[in-house]
Amino acid sequence: MKHKINFKLNGQDQSAEVEPRLLLVHLIREVVNQTGTHIGCDTSSCGACTVLIDGKSAKSCTILAVQIDGKEIATVEGLATAEGLHPIQEGFHLNHALHCGFCTPGIMMRAVELLEHNPDPTEEEIRWGISGNLCRCTGYNNIVKAIQWASAKMRGAELPSTEPEFVE
Amino acid sequence: MIPESFGYSAPTTLQEAFSLLAEHGEDAKILAGGHSLIPMMKLRFASPTHLVDINRIPGLSYVKEENGFLKIGAMTKESAMEESSIIREKYPIFTDAAKLIADPQVRNFGTIGGNIAHGDAANDHPAVMMALDAEVEIASPSGSRTVSINDFFYGFYTTAIQHGEILTEIRIPTPANQFGCAYHKAERKVGDYATAGVAVAIHMDRGGVCRKARIGLTNVNSTPMRATQAEAALEGTTLTADDIKKAGQLASTECNPSSDLRGDEEYKRHLVGIITQRMIKKSLERIK
Repeated sequence: MKHKINFKLNGQDQSAEVEPRLLLVHLIREVVNQTGTHIGCDTSSCGACTVLIDGKSAKSCTILAVQIDGKEIATVEGLATAEGLHPIQEGFHLNHALHCGFCTPGIMMRAVELLEHNPDPTEEEIRWGISGNLCRCTGYNNIVKAIQWASAKMRGAELPSTEPEFVE
Repeated sequence: MIPESFGYSAPTTLQEAFSLLAEHGEDAKILAGGHSLIPMMKLRFASPTHLVDINRIPGLSYVKEENGFLKIGAMTKESAMEESSIIREKYPIFTDAAKLIADPQVRNFGTIGGNIAHGDAANDHPAVMMALDAEVEIASPSGSRTVSINDFFYGFYTTAIQHGEILTEIRIPTPANQFGCAYHKAERKVGDYATAGVAVAIHMDRGGVCRKARIGLTNVNSTPMRATQAEAALEGTTLTADDIKKAGQLASTECNPSSDLRGDEEYKRHLVGIITQRMIKKSLERIK
């Protein structure tokens, strides 16, 4: 039996008729056709499918669509506004925090909640904070720098250098 | 991966949830955080015919001190435990465990009650609850009953909860002043189950003698277990280096690990011995 659900996606009212077994990530990608949210491992390990549900980061491959009735979902498509990129996106861009980009939407959504919760995290807090997201390209260093950059920008603090570091 | 078809209800009261569980019979399952159940359903290890989602029942998520107990609502999220000031100040063992349970996204949804009710010896809260002498409240249409955590785990994925009942609260007796507790697990990577984990709680008297020791072990037996021989070896002593070493040895002998991808039996016994000693020392440091 299908269930009618009403929810908000990036501020827009949506409704859908869903089978209980439909996963949230499939609702987002295949019913609402917002494909910025990726499916990586499909076993709640990699974090590529991370979205925000009522502001909390969640692995959308492990949530049923029917569970989000009445809730607000935020995905990577909602980060940029008419004024420009979100500081997290800008940080990723300037710090070369991606190579293939597959994990990027999930990590950025996770970083949004992390900075909401802890606006000035230490490097260790950032590394623990993104421990549920796998990146197979970057080695994470530039991702950590991107989040540090975004943190500075969002706090109005002095922006860290985005020049690459060369190690002798 | 898509689970098999199932029906879904989201009751808003416990009574409604009980009726739904009765109506849909033994193949109905309770959906709490879902971060153990949904992966199992996707892999078709579990195929319930109906899910009763208890997330919309108010009043099941809290951490409070009342009548000599720390009371934790069964639907309290792991992330809410991490943020609770009572937990941070008085029960650092939960902060130790919280950091090691899965990852931040999973902790936003995974619940304390679910972690225990799932009945998996690889989960972390069972050992922690054993160290803290916890009891759980199990509600049913005819009322509720209290079960000690020591009598709660029957076997692999099997607990004292009967079909139609719902775990609603975990209670931990407030310890006396001279009390320290700690948890650690060895894991291969973030988000993995424990290769071996040890929860320790130590109660000392004013004279520096250990009056009560509790040691809970994660993932080294078919059910969560207490290292009772190691506990007995600590009680009545002043916890000298030798006493602690002896307890570590006993814990490593009395556990019952099996060899698997996370390590062979000998390695796991070694880990239990070492982590037991370290957690006893850490508990002691926390008393001061």
